[in-house]
Amino acid sequence: MGIGFLLWTRACFAADTVRPSSPINIFAPASTPASEIYHLTLFVFAITGAMFVVVAGLLCFAVFRFRARKLYEASEPPQIYGSNQIELAWTVIPVLTVVVLFLATARVIFAIQDAPKPPAALDVTVIGHQFWWEYRYPSLGIVTANELHVPLSHLNHPTSTYLRLTSADVDHSFWVPQLAGKTDLIPNRVNEMWIDPQRPGLYLGQCAQFCGVEHAKMLLRVYVDTPEQFTAWVKDQHRPGNQDPSVAAGRRVFETQACMNCHTVTGTAATGRFGPDLTHFMSRSTLAAGAAVNNAANIREWLKSPDHFKQGSLMPAMQLSDQQLDELVAYLSTLH
Amino acid sequence: MADQVLTIPDSLSVSPPQIADETFLERLHGWVVTVDHKKLGILYVLYSVFFLFVAGAEALCIRIQLLRAHNHFLSAAVFNRFFTMHGTTMVFLVGMPILFGFANYLIPLMIGARDMAFPRLNAFSFWLTAFGGLLLYFSFIGGFGLYGVGSAPDVGWFAYAPLTARAFSPGHSTDYWALALIVSGFGTLGTAINIIATVLSMRCRGMTLWRMPLFAWLMFVVSGLTLITITPLTAAQIMLLIDRYLGGHFFDTQAGGSAVVWMHFFWIFGHPEVYVLVMPAFAIANEIIPVFSRKAIFGYPAMVAASAAIAFVSLGVWAHHMFTVGMTSVSNAFFTLSTMLVGVPTGIKIFNWVATMWGGRIRFATPMLFCIGFLFQFLLAGLTGIMLSVSPLDWQLHNSYFVIAHFHYVLVGAIVFNIFAAIYYWYPKATGRMLSERLGKWHFWLFLIGFHITFDTMHFLGFMGMPRSIYTFEPDRGWDRLNMIVSIGGFIQGVAVLIFAVNLVWSYYRGQPAGDDPWDAWTLEWATASPPPEYNFATEPVVRSRRPLWDLKHPEDPDWRYEQ
Ligand code: HEC
Ligand SMILES: [Cu+2]
Ligand SMILES: [Cu+2]
Repeated sequence: MGIGFLLWTRACFAADTVRPSSPINIFAPASTPASEIYHLTLFVFAITGAMFVVVAGLLCFAVFRFRARKLYEASEPPQIYGSNQIELAWTVIPVLTVVVLFLATARVIFAIQDAPKPPAALDVTVIGHQFWWEYRYPSLGIVTANELHVPLSHLNHPTSTYLRLTSADVDHSFWVPQLAGKTDLIPNRVNEMWIDPQRPGLYLGQCAQFCGVEHAKMLLRVYVDTPEQFTAWVKDQHRPGNQDPSVAAGRRVFETQACMNCHTVTGTAATGRFGPDLTHFMSRSTLAAGAAVNNAANIREWLKSPDHFKQGSLMPAMQLSDQQLDELVAYLSTLH
Repeated sequence: MADQVLTIPDSLSVSPPQIADETFLERLHGWVVTVDHKKLGILYVLYSVFFLFVAGAEALCIRIQLLRAHNHFLSAAVFNRFFTMHGTTMVFLVGMPILFGFANYLIPLMIGARDMAFPRLNAFSFWLTAFGGLLLYFSFIGGFGLYGVGSAPDVGWFAYAPLTARAFSPGHSTDYWALALIVSGFGTLGTAINIIATVLSMRCRGMTLWRMPLFAWLMFVVSGLTLITITPLTAAQIMLLIDRYLGGHFFDTQAGGSAVVWMHFFWIFGHPEVYVLVMPAFAIANEIIPVFSRKAIFGYPAMVAASAAIAFVSLGVWAHHMFTVGMTSVSNAFFTLSTMLVGVPTGIKIFNWVATMWGGRIRFATPMLFCIGFLFQFLLAGLTGIMLSVSPLDWQLHNSYFVIAHFHYVLVGAIVFNIFAAIYYWYPKATGRMLSERLGKWHFWLFLIGFHITFDTMHFLGFMGMPRSIYTFEPDRGWDRLNMIVSIGGFIQGVAVLIFAVNLVWSYYRGQPAGDDPWDAWTLEWATASPPPEYNFATEPVVRSRRPLWDLKHPEDPDWRYEQ
């Protein structure tokens, strides 16, 4: 049965290769923790599958073979009350199976959780917020949101990424199935997990712990960059905030409205931390944690009424005039 | 020896009391003030069936919303209320009361008693449970909450801290949730105490513990487990209310409290709760499978021992719900092992049921059909449970639709199937009329098909990364088609349950008269009239084996010759 599951999902995705983003699937691992789990899964499927075949086979056989020919037969079958030998047999066999399964599992638990941290590993702090993700790269001095960039890891010189996870408000959970299992983000607590993605590309996931109204739209996007791409991205993130005079009007709106209390744009008066850092807002391809594509029309709609994309998001509708909206969109569009 | 004479036939001669000349109001009054275990049992069952419809309707609304990506049937806020209420209702207002209802109705009859040990406590417990449920649902109209008037709890049935703190749930909906569960929790405790006392002190002459029907044995174990598990839940609810209103900081992370402590409290209740719900389902199977296979239960002592073992081990596995909260590798390994170990006694039970059927003459009446469905689904549920106990696999599948599929396999595939089996089996005893077999078969097959369409499919959604508790999903994930299938299955189950409802009502007036013992069964409840008179048995029965009616029907080959 397990194998059936597997073939079925595989077949499903074979037909879907045209999709822009890689399909989410725990059977297509792209990083060591995920592939360790994948191999363990196959083993567990094999054992549970065998148990299923045996017991379901016995059950079906019994139902079929011992059915009453007529609904009510007068005579009763011979009465059997039990057998200690048989009871013993079907206690011991499951116990042995449990031992085998447990040993295989324990190996993977320790391999993933207690793996020594390579000195070259990149540290990223992930902070969960209702309903978006904050990413901080302490060693690189970068703060960004919603779209995580990590370097590709080569088998000969692994550059794994260590995520330190915590939360600013309620519980969340970080789950990108192709990279690793999930780990919760819990306030007042720091959890750790690691990935070493071996194929570049975009990996999708989403928050896996109910965290409030918009839990469904707390989506995850992880970009695994080649070394060149990653260096370029880091360089971009290090550029100072845009000071383009042609959008000064929009910038003024941003700095005089409440925007600045919740958002940061380095180089301006805006230093809020309640919402995502917008310094390099245009370097992200989506807005509001993946709720919409990041383009001028959607930004305008978002500023006018965040509920349009995310009912119940914690960004308020600011009641801006059309002119203010246009100026703001023009300004935000320059934040590369 | 004098007590070799079975006195059971005496009780058969009793005719049920005439009630035809009572007015409607008098009858209603009779039901409200009753302390009769049978009436209370029926009240429990009716109450739960009512909430089964309510929570089922909530589930169908959830499934309409998830028919396709970005659907707009329910808003995010309403969806969150519905899944919270669906879960809370099904566990606390359907599962527990209906199973306690069966226990209430059946245990005194099965052990040859005239009532429960504490009839007034029994009535009190029922009404506490009932008012707990009404309090929970009153939140829909009275729960001025987060999103304005007309709110209801929306923090998930697990209500993880700190989402329940006043900072995040400022209205009163969370208070309704906590208070309703405290109130109905006290009702549950009362019933559990009552069952334990009844089993220990009310058995008829000759019925030693080792001759007690397995149904009574399992309910006895369940009641003990209930006493242990409801307590931490109640404690946690009280702590939550202290946090919310008296400035406590147990779970208030903003002030240094711990979110993880809530999880420990909740799951030390929540995991054994699964067994509190599923063991009564086992209890039902233990009665029905032998009767319809025409054989004694295989391995009675092993069944009792396995139940006790399950109850004991289930107290040490709760943190398998917490594999993703960042426990150490050693704790993860420990809870993996303890969880896998529950599989051993559970496996023993399944094997014993199959062995009971082995060599029998199986009659496929509706109760047995549901029990066979139960066996098959419970086997699969156990195996997916083993998969989830493998903590690395759980890191992937935790909080995904795979988990939803797994526990609905337990709660619906095993428990609800056996609840239906029990209703088909004992309805004749309680009403004096048979349920229609024809409608019963329709009910069974439609429900079975709908069940598998819905819940088999959900496993795949889990593999594909769909988390639970989401009110909508993105079109680019490839989850559309499967969600559509899941929803269709849900509606097929809905139709099946409607057929069941029709059957319940129609058969009450038009069903075939049942007689005292329509299934040719062996336990004491079938020795009295259907419905039984208020005093159950005219004279106290005396038994010499586990199957007193078998002895009676087969004087040439009675059970007591073989039992030690
Ligand atoms: C009360 C605090 C608050 C105020 C005031 C506020 N925002 Fe936001 N903003 C947020 C939050 C919180 C989010 C994240 C919402 C989500 O994804 O759920 C957000 C998201 C955004 C985003 C999307 C960011 C991304 O990376 O996806 C933009 C753009 C934005 N805000 C611009 C503005 C502008 C412009 C203003 C002023 C007109 C403003 N915000 C005012 C809190 C605020
Ligand atoms: Cu979430
Ligand atoms: Cu559990």
